[in-house]
Amino acid sequence: METLEQIKNRAELAARGAKIDIVQNGSPSQQHSLLIDNEHAVAVAKFLRDHPALSFDFCSNATGVDWLDRTVKKTTKVKQVVDGVEKEVDQTTEEKVPGYLEAVYHLFSMRLKHGPLIIRMRTADRADGARLPSLTPVWRSAELQEREIFDLYGVRFDGHPDLRRILMWDEFVDHPMRKDYAPPDDYEWEPTPHDEVLERAKQHQAARPQLDGAEKITAPQS
Amino acid sequence: MTEQIDEGLRAELQRQGIWVTSMQELYNWGRKNSIWPLQFGLACCAIEMIATAASRYDIARFGGEVFRPSPRQADLMIVAGTVTKKMAPQIVRLYNQMPDPKYVISMGACAISGGPFKQGYNVLKGIDRYIPVDVYIPGCPPRPEALLHAFMELQRKIDNQKLSGAEKADFLKPEQPSEFPVPAFGEHDLNPPANADVYHPPKLERV
Repeated sequence: METLEQIKNRAELAARGAKIDIVQNGSPSQQHSLLIDNEHAVAVAKFLRDHPALSFDFCSNATGVDWLDRTVKKTTKVKQVVDGVEKEVDQTTEEKVPGYLEAVYHLFSMRLKHGPLIIRMRTADRADGARLPSLTPVWRSAELQEREIFDLYGVRFDGHPDLRRILMWDEFVDHPMRKDYAPPDDYEWEPTPHDEVLERAKQHQAARPQLDGAEKITAPQS
Repeated sequence: MTEQIDEGLRAELQRQGIWVTSMQELYNWGRKNSIWPLQFGLACCAIEMIATAASRYDIARFGGEVFRPSPRQADLMIVAGTVTKKMAPQIVRLYNQMPDPKYVISMGACAISGGPFKQGYNVLKGIDRYIPVDVYIPGCPPRPEALLHAFMELQRKIDNQKLSGAEKADFLKPEQPSEFPVPAFGEHDLNPPANADVYHPPKLERV
């Protein structure tokens, strides 16, 4: 398989105006990926599928990622005059990066037996109607998985032939895989709470009126 | 009534070739040895249920081999596996479609309480929230022997059911419901999350 830089250059030449970034992966897997702008995503995807030297004819996996708003701290050295002497001083600036939703596709070539090539698309924000172009017209195998991303992350795919919820029921309004999803509070008494459940147990027990000397909680003898 | 016959006399009569029984005993004997389960499985517990029905464990030895594909012909619902919230209304609907007398075995940790998925958002935390359960089998999944044990427990339960009198079985009492409300899909959860008439969770007591 060609390197990511080669694929990026080819794709940018083929799809005019396309803007592709390489997203580095610092983990031991070193699985870097291509970030494709939404406007030209379908054209780039068609190019990746149809070019004889690339021929990514199989989309094995499509999934979503939720990135929350975050602040990035940057430290720069600034020259400052302190007590009449010029010194280099560290200056920290905080930059707020707005959150976004991401769709990640893993592509393979059955014909040339290479892959995976990982491509990503990002929404503008984390709003409920966040949109991305659908790649189902290019790879049919993305159809159900894009429905799953829509169901669990709330990304709307333009051009998807049948965008409905796939795992949760149609009346459901939340998107459970989003990091700010709060599940329905149906806590019950647990015989052996631990970790997160212990935290929830403490919250629920504290919410009840305290009796004098009430410290122990036991289950009724049945 | 069987209770009025002296057991010693009964055994003596049997030795002489006279078999004394009661309508209740005969009726329950017939019922307990031809329990037809409803044929459906939800998760890995269903594989154990299939193994129980196959030749090695052979549920036919207990008269339970006739798995029916229609709830109208079934006596027993084996809830074998994880009940997702999306599936729960269908389970209740199938239960409602079964004719009385009907029984439920809650098979495995998931059907009892949600099991390993209890803290998740999409799994029902026990089928006993919506329908009454007769026998619970713990295990993840329970072995076929455990299912057979539950089956024998159910047979024992059926054998002990009274057909008349104040303590007669629930299915003979017209005021007892045989159908239960099907939960609706809500915006965040099933609505209602549990049927208060059926489900009686353990309550906390501060001491």
